[in-house]
Amino acid sequence: MNDIVATIRAGNDPAQGLRPRSELNARELLREVGAVLRMSEAEAAKLGDIPVDPADDQTMIINMGPQHPSTHGVLRLMLELQGETVLRCKPIIGYLHTGMEKTGESLTYLQGGTNVTRMDYLSPLNNELVFSMATEKLLGIEDDIPERAVWMRMLLSELNRMSSHLLFLATNGMDIGAVSMMIYGWREREEVLRFFQKVTGLRMNHNFIRPGGVAADLPPGWRDDVLQILDMLPDRLEEYDTLMTGQPIWRDRLQGVGVITPEEALALGATGPILRSTGVAWDLRRDQPYLRYPEVDFDVIVGSYGDCFDRYAIRFHEIRESMKIVRQILDRMPGGDYRIQHKKITPPPRARIDESMEALIHHFKIFTEGFKVPEGEVYVAIESPRGEIGCYIASDGSATPYRMHVRAPTFVNIQCLPHMMRGGLVADAVAVISSVDPVLGEVDR
Amino acid sequence: MTQYGVPESDSRGQRVLHPAREQYLPTVRALLADGFEVCADLTAVDYLTFPQRSLPAGVVGERFEVVVNLLSIERRERIRVRVQVPAADPTLPTLFDMYPGTEAMEREVFDMFGIGFTDHPDLTRILMPEDWDGYPLRKDYDQGSIPVQFSTDFAQSDRSG
Repeated sequence: MNDIVATIRAGNDPAQGLRPRSELNARELLREVGAVLRMSEAEAAKLGDIPVDPADDQTMIINMGPQHPSTHGVLRLMLELQGETVLRCKPIIGYLHTGMEKTGESLTYLQGGTNVTRMDYLSPLNNELVFSMATEKLLGIEDDIPERAVWMRMLLSELNRMSSHLLFLATNGMDIGAVSMMIYGWREREEVLRFFQKVTGLRMNHNFIRPGGVAADLPPGWRDDVLQILDMLPDRLEEYDTLMTGQPIWRDRLQGVGVITPEEALALGATGPILRSTGVAWDLRRDQPYLRYPEVDFDVIVGSYGDCFDRYAIRFHEIRESMKIVRQILDRMPGGDYRIQHKKITPPPRARIDESMEALIHHFKIFTEGFKVPEGEVYVAIESPRGEIGCYIASDGSATPYRMHVRAPTFVNIQCLPHMMRGGLVADAVAVISSVDPVLGEVDR
Repeated sequence: MTQYGVPESDSRGQRVLHPAREQYLPTVRALLADGFEVCADLTAVDYLTFPQRSLPAGVVGERFEVVVNLLSIERRERIRVRVQVPAADPTLPTLFDMYPGTEAMEREVFDMFGIGFTDHPDLTRILMPEDWDGYPLRKDYDQGSIPVQFSTDFAQSDRSG
C-alpha cells in the first residue's frame, strides 16, 4: 500500500525546506515557487521574479527561527534573500507537534477540554467552547444549555478575545520596536487573566467550559471585577492609540507592508482579522451566529488595504467592540443553573455525594468512564480571536471521540506569509509575522 | 441522488455529500461553481476499528475517509464532502488547483494518514520530521510512551539509593 504513496511522492523531494537556486532547474524552481505561493507553475512563471540567474551567488537562503524571538514561538521560516530583499519564503512548522489530536482519541469528552485548551494557549476558552459545542451537538443537547451558562460562555469568550488582542498589541509593538507597548500590553492582559483566575482557578488552560455548560458559577463580586477592567481599559486604549496609531514611525513600518488581496485571502482559506483586513466582512459571530450573539449589538471591523496596519487597527478596535459586548452581557446576565441537569452528563452536586452512595458511584463513573456519545460526526466552527476555529468530531458511540480534529485558524493563516513577504524587506518580514498573530501551539497541535 | 448527483445525508442538521472517488473532483468543482469559494478544512478519519459506521445507501465504507468542509461566504452556508478512500490504494486527487489553501491541509493528511494526493506540488511531511516512519493518526499506529525520568514512587526509583 505504501508503494503507491511512494510512487506519488517520487516526483517530490522529501525535504521540507527551500532548496538553493543552483540546485534546481527552471521547472523545479517554478514548481517550488508555485507550491510555496499556492499557485500553478504557469501563474508562478507570470510573476516575473524567477529570472534571477540560478548560478548567481547573490542570493542566499537563511533560516529565521525556530528559535528567533520574533517568530512567536517555534515558527521556522526559510528565506531566500537578495541583499535585504526577500525573494522566496517558506514557513516550516511542526516543531511544537505533540500529537494532540491522537491524544484526544484516548481522553473522554470531559477530559478532552484539558487537551484542546492547550492548543491555542492565548484563547483557551474559545478552544474549550468549540469542543464543547461539537460534543453537545453530537449529544443533541445544544438547545438545552441553560441561559446562564450560555451568557457566561459569551462573557468569557469576549474577555478572552480582549486578552488575546492585548497580547497582540504587546508582541506587535515589541516586533516593530515599540518596546514600551510590550510592557503595557502584557500588563493589561494580566488584569483579564486575574479575572480568569478568580473564575476558573487558572490563568490559562482553564478547562472551564465543558460539555453541558461551565464548570462552576461565577464567584461573588465578579461584576465589580469585570467593571474594573472595563473602566480601566478605555483610557489606556486611548493612550496606546496616541502612542502608536498616529505615530509616523509606526505608520511607516506597517502601512503598505504585507499586502494581501481579498481573492488571495479567500483562496488560501484565511479567516479572522486577515480576511477582514482585505475588506471582506466575515465574522462568524454575526454571519453564522452561535451562543446569543444575535441579541447583542456590535460592529464587525473591516479594513480596506489588507496590509499590516489594517490588521493592527482591526484588532485594536475589536478590543473596543468586545468591551461593548461585555457591557451588554453584564446588563443581561440571567440567573439560573450554570450547567445542564442531565443524568448522563452532569455529575451530582457535591452535597449529595456525602449522603448518597448512588450519587458517589454516579460521580465516580462520570469522571472515570465518562459518558457515551451517540454515533455520528459534526463540524462546529466559531470565531476565535485569530479566525475560524473548527472542531470535527467523529464518534463511534463510546465515551471517547473516535477522531477529534481541530481546524486551527493560524495553521491556515500562516499560508499567507509567503504572499505577504514576497519582495519585501527582512525587517518587514518581522512585521508581517507579527501581524498574522500566529500561535504555534495550535499550528502544530 | 440529489442536486449534485451524489448520495447526500444529514448529520445533526449539517449537509454532507458522499461522492465516490471518481466523482470527487467533479463534485467539488460543481460546489465551487455553486459559490462554495472557501475550503475551510480538509482532514481524514481512519475507520479501521469502526467499519460499521452508518453511511447513506449506495456508499460502501472503506478504511479511510477524507472530509472536506466547504463554506460559501455569500450564502453563509456550509457543506461537507466525505469521500471513501480504500486502504489498498490510499490516493486521492488534490484540490490544490481549486482551493490553493488545501496545500497545507493535504500535506497534514498525508503526514498523519499516509493518504497520497496526486498532482500535489509539494507532498512532504509537514508536522513530523521528514525522515519519520509511519503515519501517526492511523488506528494501527500505537500511541506509545517514553520512559519517565522522575517518579513519585521513590522506593522504585533508581535514584533512591
